[in-house]
Amino acid sequence: MARVVVDVMLKPEILDPQGQAVANALPRLGVTGVTSVRIGRRVEIEFDTAAGDEAVAERAREIADKLLANPVIEEYAIRVESPYSEVST
Amino acid sequence: MSARVGVVTFPGSLDDGDAVRAVRLAGAEAVRLWHAEPRLHQVDAVILPGGFSYGDYLRCGAIARFAPVMELITMAARDGLPVLGICNGFQILCEAHLLPGALTRNQHLHFRNRDQRVRIESATTAWTNAYDEGQELLLPVKNGEGCYVADRATLDELEAEGRIVARYTGGNPNGSQRDIAAIRNEAGNVVGIMPHPEHAVAELTGPSTDGLGFFTSLLKHLTGVAR
Repeated sequence: MARVVVDVMLKPEILDPQGQAVANALPRLGVTGVTSVRIGRRVEIEFDTAAGDEAVAERAREIADKLLANPVIEEYAIRVESPYSEVST
Repeated sequence: MSARVGVVTFPGSLDDGDAVRAVRLAGAEAVRLWHAEPRLHQVDAVILPGGFSYGDYLRCGAIARFAPVMELITMAARDGLPVLGICNGFQILCEAHLLPGALTRNQHLHFRNRDQRVRIESATTAWTNAYDEGQELLLPVKNGEGCYVADRATLDELEAEGRIVARYTGGNPNGSQRDIAAIRNEAGNVVGIMPHPEHAVAELTGPSTDGLGFFTSLLKHLTGVAR
């Protein structure tokens, strides 16, 4: 079994109103000095496979390209978390 | 024989009933299409209605894009089938890459529900040929993710090619770039609009009857009267 983690974030040039709303609320908690908050999505995918890290990363990339991220507004990063390695791609 | 206009129902669609009613009021036959059934039943055009298809999970329209019926619609749209996406339907058309850009969370984060003025900027599409360029319409707008975004090059291209079909006037309800309320593809058969023409087709239930023109435009287009 292999687990792949996909982090999806809005591209830097795309306004993130949710992040801004959180940033604007921070002074009410007494937190100061924050210049930016950006909110993204973390997706964990588990593969039932004996395939290597490269192979599962490739399949995760296909899923991310087609479904998890919208390339118009988002970018993503993939990393494999398998029991045997900590390969980042 | 009257034109057959398909209206797709996804799990979570809300406005399919009003779209069917608008099609009938315009004088066409409405044909219900089910998201899971890969059949178009020889329709002459398709409407993707508003709502929250698949619960808006992941991103609005992201999962609907892969519905069995959508694969057929995407192929047919590339061959010229008239397709109108309203609200969630517009989001689906962008996710399916039939229209450029994307619809994102309203800038002010509030769901906006009000009667909205829009100005028709392109009256040459399959869905807007009954209007005059510059004509103002009053249509209900109701969305949480209606803020249209695209990169500058795409926006410039849309402007230069006259592919902005309608813009908000009298206040932008969601922060949409360049006040974009509706756009079309290059051929003009595919149009996505965020406000709801299908809610403005009868005096009793809408703020105006200004929306009916989208559906009568289609009939003109299909009978070859347009252009």
